[in-house]
Amino acid sequence: MHRFLARFGRTHEARLLAVNLVIIVFLSVFATGFFSLGNAFNLMTSYAFVGILAAGLVVVLVAGSIDISMTATASIAQYLAVSVVSTYDVGWTVLLTVALGTGLMFGLFNAVLVTWLRISSIIVTIALLNVYFGLLMFFTKGDPINFLPGWYADGMSWVIAGAETNNPLILNMQILGLVLSFVLAWFLLNRLSVGRQLRALGGNAEAAKRVGFNELRLNMVAYGFLGVMAGLASLVQAQASQSVVPNALVGRELDVLAVVVLGGASLTGGTGSILGTVLGLLLLALLQNGLILIGVSSFWIQFATGFVFLVAVSTIAWDRTRQQRVLGRRIGATG
Amino acid sequence: MNTSPAILASVIKRVDAVDRRLLSLLAALVLVFGLLLGDRLFNATSFRSMAFQLPELGILSIAMMVALLSGGLDLSIIATANLVALTVAFIFSFVPAEPGIAWALWQLLALAAGLALALVIGGVNGVIIAYLGVSPIMATLGAMTLIKGISIGVTRGGILSGFPAPILFIGNGTVFGIPVVMLIFVAVALVMSIVLRSTRFGQTLNMLGSNEAATRYSGIDTRRTIVSTYMISSLLAAIAGVVMMARFNSANASYGESYLLVTILAAVLGGVSPSGGFGKMGGLVLALVILQLISTCFNLLDFSQFLTLAIWGGILIAVAAVSRAQSRRA
Repeated sequence: MHRFLARFGRTHEARLLAVNLVIIVFLSVFATGFFSLGNAFNLMTSYAFVGILAAGLVVVLVAGSIDISMTATASIAQYLAVSVVSTYDVGWTVLLTVALGTGLMFGLFNAVLVTWLRISSIIVTIALLNVYFGLLMFFTKGDPINFLPGWYADGMSWVIAGAETNNPLILNMQILGLVLSFVLAWFLLNRLSVGRQLRALGGNAEAAKRVGFNELRLNMVAYGFLGVMAGLASLVQAQASQSVVPNALVGRELDVLAVVVLGGASLTGGTGSILGTVLGLLLLALLQNGLILIGVSSFWIQFATGFVFLVAVSTIAWDRTRQQRVLGRRIGATG
Repeated sequence: MNTSPAILASVIKRVDAVDRRLLSLLAALVLVFGLLLGDRLFNATSFRSMAFQLPELGILSIAMMVALLSGGLDLSIIATANLVALTVAFIFSFVPAEPGIAWALWQLLALAAGLALALVIGGVNGVIIAYLGVSPIMATLGAMTLIKGISIGVTRGGILSGFPAPILFIGNGTVFGIPVVMLIFVAVALVMSIVLRSTRFGQTLNMLGSNEAATRYSGIDTRRTIVSTYMISSLLAAIAGVVMMARFNSANASYGESYLLVTILAAVLGGVSPSGGFGKMGGLVLALVILQLISTCFNLLDFSQFLTLAIWGGILIAVAAVSRAQSRRA
């Protein structure tokens, strides 16, 4: 236990946790209304969309690739799924199947193209983002869907405490989706052998291929998982906003990337953890929520976000170069 | 007479594979759109509208290209362009109404301040990337958020407008029938083409992009080159910012954001290697002309602008697929 703590104390996650705890203590003292279960639930509800996508993206980053097109995939998934359930008299099963299935299809297609074209995945997925989003806007003419069927609009929502008060504690689809996505991503990366293979591919693609891992298959797992998460995130977001607007989601892909990177995932692959991603999301949520609560004008929130992000990536990078220098010295001493 | 095929052959030989692919694509597009549109395409008005629209994306794409050549990426160019435009617009509010020496000096001061700001932004980006070792995507993603945050915070999301006559002339004026913005683009492209091809910096940049370690071991201060790269990228973004504010006759924190990922598309389509080191101005200009031609023709055909976006992305995938198929056969 002691050794575990000593090792954990030096990780990026430990530092993130410490920063988060400092912010939580600070806000609990200085911001009225911050430290409550209600506010925690509200935060989880409003950050569910970005969080679910982050849970998907971290898997792709660990596998050594990147995907920028997930917001367009999500837009298409929610448009198709909600169109189907508003036209036909079907229920949750069809809604989920269409949304998650659409996400999966797009994810698999991305994986095939990224693997086959052999040009950097960020370029391929930027192009695909434009293709997907352009076609969606062309076919839908940008028209929103303003009415969701009642069972979906009000569904998956349970009052778990304080039913008699003005502010009942509600467990909703957003929170469930957020928790589920992180559990699934954790399970995929840490409990399945394919998770190990993904990490190996991201750490050293050439070596992984030499020992016989199938690059296409692994990319399909990673991108397919992100696609399914995009489908899930899209349903969660459509319910939260009670509408489907084709151009509401595209443009937030870099926010998702920011969360994952804040959580310590490297863009060169191989590193990245679910705990880190959760803490990265928490940091972003606490920062933005906290600044509002202590009375900072909402116009300055983005500035603060950018500042914290830059400080975070700079410390991560500085740490890594220092580690490499230490490693270099050790190798030099033995050699 | 019989020398002309030989001359043609030698010209074709000098045009490299990327340009040949783009030239044939351009020829095919001109043919198809020419048949569909006829005189509606081949007239002065549509050429002039292309010449007015291309420079914004064009200058921003050159800014992106410089960063791509070094093996990096600059996601902060649009945010920089907007902050510079807002700064210039703010100082313009002090310009006296009567033309005179003070009138001219204030405008020069405004532009100088904008360019100086861009150099600072680029310098900070470069230092974070070169000396702290942050990956360019992350550093410039952070810079983008921070810079846009400053613009939003200061303007509260509002618009600054009302510029003196010279700026309006940049935005809407023509010289001998050629839009001023087009002349600015051509000047920028020429200067950058010379910088990339014939200066020490350009050579170093290309070496750096193809193999950083080898460049460093050959005694070149790669860190300083990276800092200069992002300063130049930022400076070009600033020029684009002034062009955008002149064209829209206003400045705002979030103008032109949809251009960000398209600049990467344009550069890569133009043969700039996404992993750095390779890429020429000629290819980029060809790619820009292709993208603009599609956009203008779709507009004339009454297709949605979003279809243009989809086709732009599709063309990049198609070009990548063709070059992949060719490299497999070879």
